[in-house]
Amino acid sequence: MLSAREKELIAEIWDRLTPVAEDIGAEALLRMFATEPGSKTYFSHLDISPSSAHLRSHGKKIVLAIAEGAKDISQLAVTLGPLQTLHAYQLRIDPTNFKFFSHCMLVTLAAHMRNDFTPVAHAAMDKYLSAFAAVLAEKFR
Amino acid sequence: MVVWTDFERATIADIFSKLDYEAVGGATLARCLIVYPWTQRYFGNFGNLYNAAAIMGNPMIAKHGTTILHGLDRAVKNMDNIKATYAELSVLHSEKLHVDPDNFKLLSDCLTIVVAAQLGKAFSGEVQAAFQKFLSVVVSALGKQYH
Repeated sequence: MLSAREKELIAEIWDRLTPVAEDIGAEALLRMFATEPGSKTYFSHLDISPSSAHLRSHGKKIVLAIAEGAKDISQLAVTLGPLQTLHAYQLRIDPTNFKFFSHCMLVTLAAHMRNDFTPVAHAAMDKYLSAFAAVLAEKFR
Repeated sequence: MVVWTDFERATIADIFSKLDYEAVGGATLARCLIVYPWTQRYFGNFGNLYNAAAIMGNPMIAKHGTTILHGLDRAVKNMDNIKATYAELSVLHSEKLHVDPDNFKLLSDCLTIVVAAQLGKAFSGEVQAAFQKFLSVVVSALGKQYH
């Protein structure tokens, strides 16, 4: 359950991070690959070494989708419709990986925002990313 | 038997040597109670937990956070024997405190975030992996004596 203030905070943060979407996205992915080696199995067709073009463009895609969703959280199911289909029928990523990625995104935000990543911001962001992952997985079964 | 690489041992020692136990402990416990409010169930006698500001300013929470972090220190100093080191504490959390062991993971995730915020860039993916491995061993040891 997100309060109006939390939705504002979330939108603000992603708005600020959109210019560095590549950096944030690539870092979150790298953190996930380092801490959950199983997640790498979904990327055997790409070069996911640090600073690789694949990694950065992929990270950018993910962050931009998250940022887009943040603009109107009540419409997540609509905004994510196509991505839901993609993840359910083509990518078929085990949803535990969404949790791993969300956690690594929170760590990335903490490392970048330092003290600005307050407990209140952390709580809001954790809730948002959980909601995002849940909507993303809706068509899985 | 947990096998630690040289990098992991050095990383854990390094991180803990840089931590202000009081600041980090208090901040971590407060963060846990704010981000995962159901964990407040274990802190009924700790005074005002009404909102984030109250939790962050609560001296009993701050003190208890420090206690927890000093408890972690025992694992840092006994990395090859974490299970035995925490046997008593595991019994305490199970029999006396009745804490659901899932909560240990929540607290450890908050600690990871607090440390990331403190170390910034230096908290690389590899460092994070070592830190999380350490915490997962601690969490497992704390849950070991539940029955």
